Amino acid sequence: MSEALSVSSSSQHANDQRRQSVKPHKKRWRHDNWMGYLFISPWLIAFFAFTFIPIIASLVLAFTNYDVLSPTWRWVGLENFERMFTRDPRYIKSLQATFFYAFTAIPLRLIFALAVAMLLNTNRRMVAGYRAAYYAPSIVGGSVAVAVMWREIFGRNGLINAVFGTDVAWLGNPNTAIWTLILLAVWQFGSPMLIFLAGLKQIPREFYEAASIDGANGWQQFWRITLPLLTPIIFFNLVMQLISGFMVFTQAFVITGGAPLDTTLFYALYIYQRAFVSLQMGYASAMAWVLLIIIAVLTVLVFRSSSYWVFYSSQED
Amino acid sequence: METVSTASGRAAVRAPRSVLQHKTFRTVIYHGVVAGLGYVMLYPILWLFASSFKGRAEIWTNVSSLIPQQFTLENYINGWRGFGGITFTTFYLNSFFYAGVGTLLAVAASAVVAYGFARINFTGRRFWFACMLSTLMLPVQVQIIPQYIVFSQLGWINTFYPLLLPRFGGQAFFIFMIMQFIRGIPRDLDEAAEMDGCGKGGVFFRIILPQITPALITAAIFSFYWTWEDFLSPLIYLNAPRLYTVSLALRAFADPSGTTDWGAIFAMSSLSLVPVFVIFILFQRFLVEGISTTGLKG
Repeated sequence: MSEALSVSSSSQHANDQRRQSVKPHKKRWRHDNWMGYLFISPWLIAFFAFTFIPIIASLVLAFTNYDVLSPTWRWVGLENFERMFTRDPRYIKSLQATFFYAFTAIPLRLIFALAVAMLLNTNRRMVAGYRAAYYAPSIVGGSVAVAVMWREIFGRNGLINAVFGTDVAWLGNPNTAIWTLILLAVWQFGSPMLIFLAGLKQIPREFYEAASIDGANGWQQFWRITLPLLTPIIFFNLVMQLISGFMVFTQAFVITGGAPLDTTLFYALYIYQRAFVSLQMGYASAMAWVLLIIIAVLTVLVFRSSSYWVFYSSQED
Repeated sequence: METVSTASGRAAVRAPRSVLQHKTFRTVIYHGVVAGLGYVMLYPILWLFASSFKGRAEIWTNVSSLIPQQFTLENYINGWRGFGGITFTTFYLNSFFYAGVGTLLAVAASAVVAYGFARINFTGRRFWFACMLSTLMLPVQVQIIPQYIVFSQLGWINTFYPLLLPRFGGQAFFIFMIMQFIRGIPRDLDEAAEMDGCGKGGVFFRIILPQITPALITAAIFSFYWTWEDFLSPLIYLNAPRLYTVSLALRAFADPSGTTDWGAIFAMSSLSLVPVFVIFILFQRFLVEGISTTGLKG
């Protein structure tokens, strides 16, 4: 993203120099400033009103015991954070569930997405149709309708038990419930698949031809050519999936509601329960800020690690 | 089998029979595996649609079949009646209102803002652009609690204002996507227009806007999808059943402790996916290109 930006700003630079000869520099510059802020003003106003100020407000709330009902509320310092990690076993459970979900569902989803993208990276007939079929679950995946459907598929009388002749309470068993949600996430591998597919099409055919002349088999070609050249895309997908993986809400809310024994009490679900069911908005704000910090730390870690495993080919642009 | 040998035009020299057979075999295996896996992928959705046409008795006895023994529309008629005296007509009108107006606002604002970021060189541009991109990573949970407090003080609970007002600023994903598209347009035309005395506004409306239609369509489709499926915000702000969107209504309707008319639940769930699939089939090309070029999440 930043690369693209620097490219455009350098071309803008060239344009400015061209313009300078036509119009007085200073006037032009002031005019552009006005127009620039005029055009981004809708975003800028909304950013302050609905993002920046609320975030600061939520940081302040995190140090209070504010709830909507009682008129008195006070500064409690770090009490909310202390309570979270020492006196709220449900919070610890929600952390465990969220981390387990993210670190299982995201790698599985990306592996699946890459495997299917490689299957579809061919000029055979019907590929467009297959691609649509594989992508279809992803466009409806976040909907309540699909969540309701998933609940019935894994219900006692549901599809899975009927097809396999089993009698398992998939959603009632603390060992299996979270796996139904992981499976739902893996089932929706469509977007990373399309991004991988676009990346695979960029790899020059000659690389593979040269490799096979040198006697490299398919497996070696995958490890030595495909995977290294795809690492920037894997990196991008990983960051995007990580962020969204920590925010899943609808599926858990509709399918399990956090049960059984809080094994699927995802972070976002627990914040919702605290903020809008028990109305402990101060405590919930503290939880939201911890989530923000977790996501930020993980993102930074992924970015830091990228210099060890992400391969940027020097011939880009 | 012949199609295979002619399709691979590279085989200018006639390949020996065994090689051809090997190739055919591989093609059959390929289509077998890919189509089989595709069937497994689509099976849950097909099952949902099939179940919605099954009779009350059949739903849990003939579970796995995709073909109803007796085809019935009864579930749709029962389901549409909704609950608490409010039919799905109301819920669909609410959802179309929210998704329609929400999409229109988000896309229009995003286009204007994207032009500002992509084409005008103003002080602080890079800073604000970085701010915008970083909002993509923000968990919505750090914003909704203070937003809720303010909106409830204003008496806007059970109105659509809290859902629609933030859209006047555009959405970061769409702003970024449209920017990428604008960058691909040569600047010569803008400059020629400016030479002829066209202001920035004129350039945007006359030169840029006509050229970014494909990006706007892609953004509109995604915005419609996300708004149609949006659950958290309506859940927080819309508490009166007459204001329920389809998502909220489905969730209330399919409450395990409430209704037991599963046929009706399947019917209404299936129906809520129809607009999504219709748009998918009509605009598939825009979607695939949109995701591949900007990495939008679906």
